[in-house]
Amino acid sequence: MRETPESLVVDPGLDETIKKLTPEKIQTVVEHVLTKENAARLKVYSDTCVHCGLCAEACQTYISRDKDPYYSPVAKVKNTLWELVKNKGRVPPESIRDMSRIVFTECAVCRRCSMYCPFGIDIAYLLLVVRRICSLLGVVPAYLQDTTNSHAATMNQMWVQQDEWIDTLQWQEEEAQAEIPSCRIPLEKEGAEVMYSVIAPEPKILAQLLGNISQIMTVAGIDWTMPATDGWDNSNMAMYSGDFEVMGRVERLHWETAARLKVKKVVMGECGHAFRGAVYDGPRWLGWKFPPIPMVHAIEFYYDLLKSGRIKVREKYKKSVTVQDPCNTVRGRGLGNKLRYVVNELCESFIDVDPRLEHNYCCMAGGGTINCGPPWKRSRMVSNRVKAEQIEATGADVVITPCHNCHSGIEDIVGFYKLKKHVKFISEIMVEVMEIPDSLKA
Amino acid sequence: MYDFSRGPLVWIAFGIFLIGSIYRIVSVIKLAKKDKVVLPYMTWKYGLRSILHWITPFGARNMRLRPAFTVMTYLFHLSLLLVPIFTLGHAILWRESWGIDLWALPNLLSKLMTFIVIIAGVIFVLRRIADPAVRFVTSAGDIVLVILVLAPFVTGLMAYYQLAAYQTILIIHIWTGALWLAIIPFTRIAHMLYFALTRAYMGCEFGYVRHSKDW
Ligand code: SF4
Ligand code: SF4
Repeated sequence: MRETPESLVVDPGLDETIKKLTPEKIQTVVEHVLTKENAARLKVYSDTCVHCGLCAEACQTYISRDKDPYYSPVAKVKNTLWELVKNKGRVPPESIRDMSRIVFTECAVCRRCSMYCPFGIDIAYLLLVVRRICSLLGVVPAYLQDTTNSHAATMNQMWVQQDEWIDTLQWQEEEAQAEIPSCRIPLEKEGAEVMYSVIAPEPKILAQLLGNISQIMTVAGIDWTMPATDGWDNSNMAMYSGDFEVMGRVERLHWETAARLKVKKVVMGECGHAFRGAVYDGPRWLGWKFPPIPMVHAIEFYYDLLKSGRIKVREKYKKSVTVQDPCNTVRGRGLGNKLRYVVNELCESFIDVDPRLEHNYCCMAGGGTINCGPPWKRSRMVSNRVKAEQIEATGADVVITPCHNCHSGIEDIVGFYKLKKHVKFISEIMVEVMEIPDSLKA
Repeated sequence: MYDFSRGPLVWIAFGIFLIGSIYRIVSVIKLAKKDKVVLPYMTWKYGLRSILHWITPFGARNMRLRPAFTVMTYLFHLSLLLVPIFTLGHAILWRESWGIDLWALPNLLSKLMTFIVIIAGVIFVLRRIADPAVRFVTSAGDIVLVILVLAPFVTGLMAYYQLAAYQTILIIHIWTGALWLAIIPFTRIAHMLYFALTRAYMGCEFGYVRHSKDW
């Protein structure tokens, strides 16, 4: 491994943990993961890859770092998985440290590269296999591991206690009532049409979003509820840290909570990785083909509300806007056109990004990268210069990001590259421009 | 020597190729059954949709990003598949050995296609050396493989133009061709066997499961 500014970053999650590793332990874990947990895909992908490098062009880290070959998707696989396979797991602890850095902080498992490899090799999956190995070895960036620990202990990502949770919901209910007196955040309402799911950053640092949704639900006349118990957060960083046991617990509790409340569907707030965990990774780990109850992402939910006229627009948003297509709901759910419909309905002037839809660049905050915390922020920023250029080229004033990771990631980029842009969720614009019927006004 | 090469050797090579290929594909499908999240998510519709997009020239964005390379890759693979089967000299062998009457490529075309294979192959090797992203992941084996693939084409041309002792060069041609055929299932040329499988799987992951597209 060569020395880069990134390889010199200090992170106790990597530096301290490798001290406890022994060669035998590494070998056992690697063998277990490669032979017991993974079969066909790992084998076929390794045999099929023709080392053509055509996936390089897909990756924002490669493009942003002046096409440094070290950052192409296949190079990341070479530096991690190929090494482990070739040496049958006999690698020194220092190598595990480097591999952990690569797979956790230099790949956002955005899966863009799978669309550029002629064989459709799922490189993100291969790098997740390495994350799994690192997780079982305990070599995970400290901040990311902390979110996983939080999931394990509290079932949410940010150590939110149940009383804080209920308290925050009631506080935001009152905030919403200041706008529309009949607003509620109904807790534990059995048989409601919709259970609304959020992730822990909402009660913890972005509580106004809960007030916003209360207003939107009230105006649209939706029969909805939220749980008062654990099971409300499926943001699931464990899915990305490689702790699939905890991931499974989080998703199971989330779906069991929805089942207990006997709701018809779950609406996932503006978060991409929570959607991914609940709809794809969680069910698969639990042995279900698809989620037991339909889940609708906020983009689609808002689309339905606008299309059906349940939400009407009083006056469109004036500033020019562009969007960040979140990987997990656009590449991962095909919601790109619905997102554009929503944005055009709400805003006067929409300027599209290029490349767009499934081909959009990742925010480089997803896949747990932003959760690796401050030590890695600079690296993430350098890894996504192309995103800054792409946003700047639109000339828009506001970037709409219907995903928590994208939102924080784009805010970081706006700050780091000194772009004069604001970053907003859809719901923030929606409450500003929607028509509130007279019957609901005080 | 010549008789052995023309007879049993070719049979053996075909045998290894066929049995090896079947073995590889069957064992992959068996493995896929163990990897529980593969087969349940596969459908013909989305699998074929993806394959079609990726065998159509310029059917995917990555192909449009590099037009010259795309054209070259297509011509290379097309020629690589067609020439060995349909070149005139081989068509005669098909008839003599198996009584199969195959349509044969016009001489000029098969010469042209042979040149395409050789030139494209050389460019592939140069690209491996010149493009840092490709060089970084290239191993010696990758280069040896291209040489092995090109060998029967080069010797075929040499035989055609009678550039060396005809009998000798023909024997080398047959041996390299047989080797080429026999190693398909056991080297990275196996991507020929796996392409449809990996592509179809990803097509379904994107199309059937995720309601989006992968090209
Ligand atoms: S960041 Fe995205 S494009 Fe780059 S290697 Fe990871 S999954 Fe592939
Ligand atoms: S594009 Fe696919 S086959 Fe080529 S190097 Fe990348 S992963 Fe391997």
